[in-house]
Amino acid sequence: MVLSKKQRLGNVFVHLILILLTVIMIAPFILLFMASITDEKTLLLHGYAFIPTKFSLSAYAYIIKSGSSIIHAYGMTFVITIVGTVINLLLSSLLAYGLSLKDLPGKKFISFFVFFTMLFNGGLVPTYLMYTTIFHIKNTFFGLIIPQFLLSAMNVIMMRTYFQNSIPTELYEACQIDGGGHLVIFKHVVLPLGKPIMVSMGLFAGLAYWNDWTNALYYVNNRSLWGIQSLLNEMISNIQYLNQNSNVATNLNMSKFPSTSVRMAIAFIGLLPVLVLFPFLQKYFAKGIAVGAVKG
Amino acid sequence: MTQKNGSLPIQPKKNKKLKQWLPVYLMMLPGLVYLFINNYLPMAGLVIAFKKVNFSTGIFKSPWCGLDNFEFLFKTKDAFIITRNTLLYNFAFIIVNTILAILIAILISEIRGKVAKTVYQSAVLLPFLMSYVIVSYIVYAFLSGDTGMINHSVLPLLGISKIDWYSSDKYWPYIIIFVNFWKSVGYGVLIYIAGIAGIDSSYYEAAALDGATKFKQVVHVTLPALVPSIITLTLLSIGRIFYSDFSLFYQVPMNSGMLYNTTQTIDTYVYRGLLTLGNVGMASAAGFYQSCVGFILVMCSNLIVKKISPDNALF
Repeated sequence: MVLSKKQRLGNVFVHLILILLTVIMIAPFILLFMASITDEKTLLLHGYAFIPTKFSLSAYAYIIKSGSSIIHAYGMTFVITIVGTVINLLLSSLLAYGLSLKDLPGKKFISFFVFFTMLFNGGLVPTYLMYTTIFHIKNTFFGLIIPQFLLSAMNVIMMRTYFQNSIPTELYEACQIDGGGHLVIFKHVVLPLGKPIMVSMGLFAGLAYWNDWTNALYYVNNRSLWGIQSLLNEMISNIQYLNQNSNVATNLNMSKFPSTSVRMAIAFIGLLPVLVLFPFLQKYFAKGIAVGAVKG
Repeated sequence: MTQKNGSLPIQPKKNKKLKQWLPVYLMMLPGLVYLFINNYLPMAGLVIAFKKVNFSTGIFKSPWCGLDNFEFLFKTKDAFIITRNTLLYNFAFIIVNTILAILIAILISEIRGKVAKTVYQSAVLLPFLMSYVIVSYIVYAFLSGDTGMINHSVLPLLGISKIDWYSSDKYWPYIIIFVNFWKSVGYGVLIYIAGIAGIDSSYYEAAALDGATKFKQVVHVTLPALVPSIITLTLLSIGRIFYSDFSLFYQVPMNSGMLYNTTQTIDTYVYRGLLTLGNVGMASAAGFYQSCVGFILVMCSNLIVKKISPDNALF
């Protein structure tokens, strides 16, 4: 197709705007990374910069050399994310399977039971009091896994819609004639055919666990259970505390406090897995979001 | 099920039916139990807003106190501030993010090159995937007092003296709205791109044949086709207008007390009341207020849409 001069000019203009947008979106991450490889003195003297005058890898060397607590927290985040995501997918797909069956008695009631949680909730105070006084999950591993993210009604509804629309009923029937029970159908028909939605929903659940710092804030004071986000949260709240109480800072042993570049390096390590996996998973994220736009 | 009255001929049939569906119910049970615990029990727990909580006797045995908690809450200035902030921020987010997301989606959809398209699309999505803790580190890199990029490199260029960002509350509405745009516009963009991709290209061809310019095609073809998605997304946001993202309002202003006037929302207020100040009564009253008004708003917004265009209602 031959474009007129005006159209070509229009195209260039569109590209220019989008390039500017891309810079706005990406530049902050570059600043974060650059700060992590800036020499500490340069950082304090010249501030954060996209092109530092003096580079240094000492922040990363410091993390490797003395960062057993950092590596431990990193490992915790991996464990929390994997355990949480696996249980989440299992619970939501099993529930979505039942709701996708046409003739299930009581389906209407169960659907409403699931959907109503999207309209109304008790909020933090009752949830917190219930989990800590009845279920005693304070300062346990469960406190990081169970509240908030284990199952979302939205995901269940999206999965149900996907199962209904993309798994032919004949397959169910064929399976039933062969004497397959529901567990067999779920394992051999629903899971393989529902893989795309499982991947998308799993990514969102995994991301929620990877990025979460609130469960630890509410329920877990025990630092040995903390993930990387909680560690980062603690470091930045200490800084804020020092800024507001500058008289404390002088009395504090500043050498024990992680330097700016080390903090930025930890933050960068925290987002690294998302950054590395992103190009491969981008299309599943995009699909998952697009599914959400279609009403269940 | 009334098993007792089942006469003999029906009994085997019923048993068979139960036998057929029992495995399904068992498969669904774990998820339903979780929803019961995580979502339904706290709803019942909302009654503590009417109690004077005493931890030594336990919550259930704590004495009732009527509307005392609410009276305390609404006597303070806080009730007004948190309601105002929560509502105004949400309105701003809905307007800014909807308009910009549609605009960006239209521009990205214009791009023919596959690589360029993927790059732009990925770039707007990337911040959406980051944790708010990391976002607050990034914001701090720009705004911190002495070393921050803005104070150190940008303001001197413009001849403006340094600003103490973390103690000047008047700037925060803009900062929060911008950070929210940066972090979450990608979600809307992807939804609208999917919407635009679903438009039949023959509409555009016909419009082009009639001599419609690109701009006119957008106004008369693209936008009307996006209306259902716009309504659904806006409806979802209006339904949540009494809620705020705790992480955004707690983490990004770095929990700075001097910024509460413009950054305190219902969610941060409830958290601080419950866990930092130990004022369970006021926190639970604010939480009750949020749950109930929030619920009424979802129902109303859905009702209105149901009247105007029934196809777009959520339920």
